[in-house]
Amino acid sequence: MKSNKPFTNLQLTTLVVLRIFIGWHLLFEGFSKLLNPGWSSARFLRESQWIMSGFSNWVTSNAGVLNVVDFLNTWGLIAIGAGLILGLFARTASVFGAILLFLYFLNNPPLTGLEYSLPSEGNYLIINKTLIEAVTLFALAIFPTSQIVGFDLFLNRIIKRKKQEERK
Amino acid sequence: MDKKESKQNANQKMDQPQNNNLNRRTVLKALAGVPVLGVFGYELMKNRSYANRKEGQVIKELGLEYLNIPKENSTHSVINGNKLRVGMIGFGSRAGALARGLGFMHLSDAKSRKAGGNLEDWLAQEDLNVDLVGICDVFDFHAERGMDIAKEGLRVNGKTGAEYDIKRYRSYQEMLADDSIDAVIVATPDHHHARITTDAVKAGKHVYCEKSIALTEEELNEVYNAVKNSDRVFQLGHQITENVIFGQAREMIKKDILGKISLIETTTNRNSASGAWIRHLDADGNPKPGSLETIDWEQWLGNRPKVPFSIDRYYNWTKWFDYDTGMLGQLFSHEYDAINQLLRIGIPKSAVASGGIYYWKDNREMPDLIQAVFEYPDKELTLMYSGCLASARQRGRVIMGHDASMELGGSISVTADYDSTKYKRQIQDGTFDTRGPILTVTPGSGAIDAVTSATEKYYSSRGLTSTVVNGRNVDVTYLHIKNWIDCIRSGETPTCDIEKAYEEGVTILMAHKSYVEKRRVEWDPVQRKIV
Repeated sequence: MKSNKPFTNLQLTTLVVLRIFIGWHLLFEGFSKLLNPGWSSARFLRESQWIMSGFSNWVTSNAGVLNVVDFLNTWGLIAIGAGLILGLFARTASVFGAILLFLYFLNNPPLTGLEYSLPSEGNYLIINKTLIEAVTLFALAIFPTSQIVGFDLFLNRIIKRKKQEERK
Repeated sequence: MDKKESKQNANQKMDQPQNNNLNRRTVLKALAGVPVLGVFGYELMKNRSYANRKEGQVIKELGLEYLNIPKENSTHSVINGNKLRVGMIGFGSRAGALARGLGFMHLSDAKSRKAGGNLEDWLAQEDLNVDLVGICDVFDFHAERGMDIAKEGLRVNGKTGAEYDIKRYRSYQEMLADDSIDAVIVATPDHHHARITTDAVKAGKHVYCEKSIALTEEELNEVYNAVKNSDRVFQLGHQITENVIFGQAREMIKKDILGKISLIETTTNRNSASGAWIRHLDADGNPKPGSLETIDWEQWLGNRPKVPFSIDRYYNWTKWFDYDTGMLGQLFSHEYDAINQLLRIGIPKSAVASGGIYYWKDNREMPDLIQAVFEYPDKELTLMYSGCLASARQRGRVIMGHDASMELGGSISVTADYDSTKYKRQIQDGTFDTRGPILTVTPGSGAIDAVTSATEKYYSSRGLTSTVVNGRNVDVTYLHIKNWIDCIRSGETPTCDIEKAYEEGVTILMAHKSYVEKRRVEWDPVQRKIV
């Protein structure tokens, strides 16, 4: 099939819906943390096992570092979530979102033999929803839609116009 | 042409007819996410107002809206006053923590704390303006460690090394006779506590004494009278109630959210050799140091029956009646203090205790399982203690009322009772869910959280809550020592003063007597005697 369009309408719609849904999820995760004054990543990090546990212990044992991590995590989620929904810097948002989710995964991977005090909401072996969401975001970075549906369309135009003016 | 470029070209081609003009279609495409954000915002508000309403409802129904709970420990700074010169009597395993509370840390501890990243918390402790000027221990090894800390240790003000003289005393009497010492901290084995405290107060020293206070009624009366007849400040070492959570629990109980309280259950749950007072071996299983050359055995025995030197007795003294009352004095004492600080229950009318040596079948006299029941007919309640050294199943500390129960540990959680009279309506209309806690308080948050989310429910049921206060780990031993030092300077009554110590001492001795004599004992408040 040859077409000038990068995606068929159905492909585009599916990718945009996927982008907006993941954005919605991360945005709410961010706001939940922001609006809960008692929230801290300490609980999550204290549960950390496997390769990230040393780093996580260092973070939780250091009040200053913990505050920075909490701040970056909360506002990072909000920025990524809003970026995905609006299609604003959506590619950057996808990549950072994928990295962030992958870090969550590395802290609590469902590997055989690792046990956590908080039960997971499903049954997982190595692959869990966090990892799937991370990979999905990575896929969204490879199949970007924000320059077709999203604020990046504007940005693209502005940049292009500036370039044309410079050329003139 | 790579993939990216081709896609951009495709986009360009798509938009070419409009000649880069932002026509309606393009604007719609660019702003497609905005209405989604709008819906998100609306749903978020709805979600928050639901959570707030539900939380507010629980707190309102409990009558806690105007509850002013203390957020942080030690709201005032250290009271200014003359520098206090402190001596420490007994420098075993507990003394290191006491010295840190006082503001002195061994350099090796400082190094490992620095590596662990938690030295800052300790350095944030306020300087109590005290000099650690004397160390007394009958064991050279312990005394030397104490001298190291006092002479070369890290101080809480960041300095190392003392700019004053520090003396090692060979006997506590020698230290008490020294006028250059204002106050002493007693952290010896329990059989010395009462005698040293009595002598210290008579010698004009302020005393901070580790629990338990006395092993016999005679000793207890003696120390009580000595402290009462002096103007010296006495504090018994029960640091755990310095945790801000106890102040919060007290405020909540005052509001009568539990209804009529008729049962209080307290427990000890341990399952290790060290927890069962087998402590004469190091981590590698080799005997710890100590011999007749380095330990003044006569002095260690004090007024107890003469027995040949034994490293077992020296380290594991809690196993014998001559030196201790076992779980009652070591562990129930904390439980009793926690409850007495909350409800001021005082001395029970009767006590009955039973137990045995069922697991740690060595040469001990002390039971490794003991259950004690204390009756308070005038307060219409029973206090129970169940101590177990052969299972670490956590059974917590629970105050049970007709309308709700409160579990009190590192955090508070309140669960409404299924058959509550007071909360009948709230339970029926679903405001109160009796399947889990309706309310939790975690230290440092300064707020009561009505339990609404599943995660909160889970965490609170497991007690997986932070003990960080105001972003820093505050050491409760420090707070307890600070309370003592502040009271020395201000003349106020410390948290665990001689009255509370006496009530606790009697209660422990009642249970101990009941266990040893295998009978129910009573307190005669007129004769002030256990009968």
